[in-house]
Amino acid sequence: MIESLVPSLTIAEVHAGLRSGRYSAVELAEAALLHGEKQNSATNAFLQFSPERAIAAARRVDQKLADGIDPGALAGVPIAVKDVILTKGVRTTCGSKLLASYIPPYDATVVERLEEAGGVIIGKTNCDEFAMGSSNENSAFGPVHNPRALDRVPGGSSGGSAAAVAQGTAVVSLGSDTGGSIRQPASFCGVVGVTPTYGRVSRYGLTAFASSLDHIGPFARTVRDAATLLRVIAGRDPLDSTSAFAPVPDYGSQLDGNVRGLRIGLPREYFTELPAESGDLIMRGVDKLKKLGCEVREISLPTTKYAISCYYIICTAEASSNLARYDGVRYTMRSDDAGTLSDMYRSTRGEGFGAECKRRIMLGTYVLSAGYYEAYYLKAQKVRSLIARDYTDAFAQVDAIVAPVSPFPAFRIGEKIDDPMAMYLSDIYTITGDLAGIPCMSIPCGNTAEGLPVGMQILTKHFDETGMFRLADAFERAGGFAG
Amino acid sequence: MKLTEDEVRYVADLANLRLTEDEVRRMSADLGAILTHIETLNELDTKDVEPMAQVLYDAGETATLREDVERPGVGAETALANAPLAGAGYFKVPKVIER
Repeated sequence: MIESLVPSLTIAEVHAGLRSGRYSAVELAEAALLHGEKQNSATNAFLQFSPERAIAAARRVDQKLADGIDPGALAGVPIAVKDVILTKGVRTTCGSKLLASYIPPYDATVVERLEEAGGVIIGKTNCDEFAMGSSNENSAFGPVHNPRALDRVPGGSSGGSAAAVAQGTAVVSLGSDTGGSIRQPASFCGVVGVTPTYGRVSRYGLTAFASSLDHIGPFARTVRDAATLLRVIAGRDPLDSTSAFAPVPDYGSQLDGNVRGLRIGLPREYFTELPAESGDLIMRGVDKLKKLGCEVREISLPTTKYAISCYYIICTAEASSNLARYDGVRYTMRSDDAGTLSDMYRSTRGEGFGAECKRRIMLGTYVLSAGYYEAYYLKAQKVRSLIARDYTDAFAQVDAIVAPVSPFPAFRIGEKIDDPMAMYLSDIYTITGDLAGIPCMSIPCGNTAEGLPVGMQILTKHFDETGMFRLADAFERAGGFAG
Repeated sequence: MKLTEDEVRYVADLANLRLTEDEVRRMSADLGAILTHIETLNELDTKDVEPMAQVLYDAGETATLREDVERPGVGAETALANAPLAGAGYFKVPKVIER
């Protein structure tokens, strides 16, 4: 039975299975689709399966294998894609009622690159509406249930992409991260999640939320698989002027498990208020790194306590502008109450957006409005400089920073939904990496007494994904997963 | 920091967002709480700090534009396929100018 194999596969195992003839790419795609459909009644991780597209991609892989042509780095690998990333001809909702029937006319660059490398996209994953949220409860299509504890959230906003890998349907998946939306769900679901350097991956075809902060990045079961996926999607794209020219290294070839002498910083501000159980797990992880020969020292990122305020000004300001396009003219939904043009705009947006999007549009509009721009937006941009400077100073002393991902493990569905400020504060350890634009990732480092996964965060300097992956891989080899 | 319900209605108007009276009340409380938290930024002296609008790193020519060469667009028919109301090759909206 192929279906029973699906939940534990890695990319290397898929390739071995294809080469040995144990299964074809089409058979594996069918098994993954079946697995996903069965799991979906429990987790709601997928908003849409794409069987036609998946089978067509798998057929091309099988054909290449039969013809003796290299089928690519992701050949036959079942992949899930967050529903804020455009897929031509496959419904893309962004978790919003406004786009419930939107069929994109083109593919995102990352989607093209996945399929060129032989990847098999099996479906689109649930997420907070327009990627705004920390629990996946802001999806217009219902929350995702954490596969590790079904009464709990998977984290957000890329909750469905984390769950799709954790539940075993997809070998790897793509998410997006603006303030922690890859790392936090990765930590809640017990998988690897990577936010690359800002500009490392093209965002052409990613629905814009906060353009100076948006990233696309991978989820995987292993560090090596995350590195393989990143290598495929990274690199300059003429269709995204913010994508970087920096060459993309072969990350995988540098994962040798040797991190002796690596200097690691623990930011004191990230540990002072960290609850004991998560803190103990992180510190046990740090002890493992010491045993591997890393030199651990305390560092300071003094501006950390201002990061939430800075972030929620900048991201809402940019969001209020980016979401202005959903006005009832071009994107599928228009209110019935559209007597005048102005009524059409207001009613469509009032009926279409959920509570969190409205809150952010309002806050963003307020901080950009006449008389407040300097006090809020300009001030936040200056504080952002200070946060980025904290990291520059830190990386003069250390090669990598190790920190928690979230103050707590996965919480119960409904627990924080009525308190937006409490929800925002849960992003405290992840948003600084986005504001500075540095690569950062979450790697599983053990479970709480209740069996809930806890992630450890690794951050390195701009474009040093290699150093980040090397450390994470060494940790994984040393049994980081087992706690 | 408090945001009155009238201020909420004014901002909603700027944002082209219709809110119910319940939403206005809720928004006044939620935004007030968030703005109160945001006020902590005033503790920081940023007089001599440059604002950071984008991520800056030593990556050479990032943020350059591609060459301005013609390439096919998606075409009007495709572009209109997701329109709630279209006709004669255009997006249709309620009448803007009254006679």
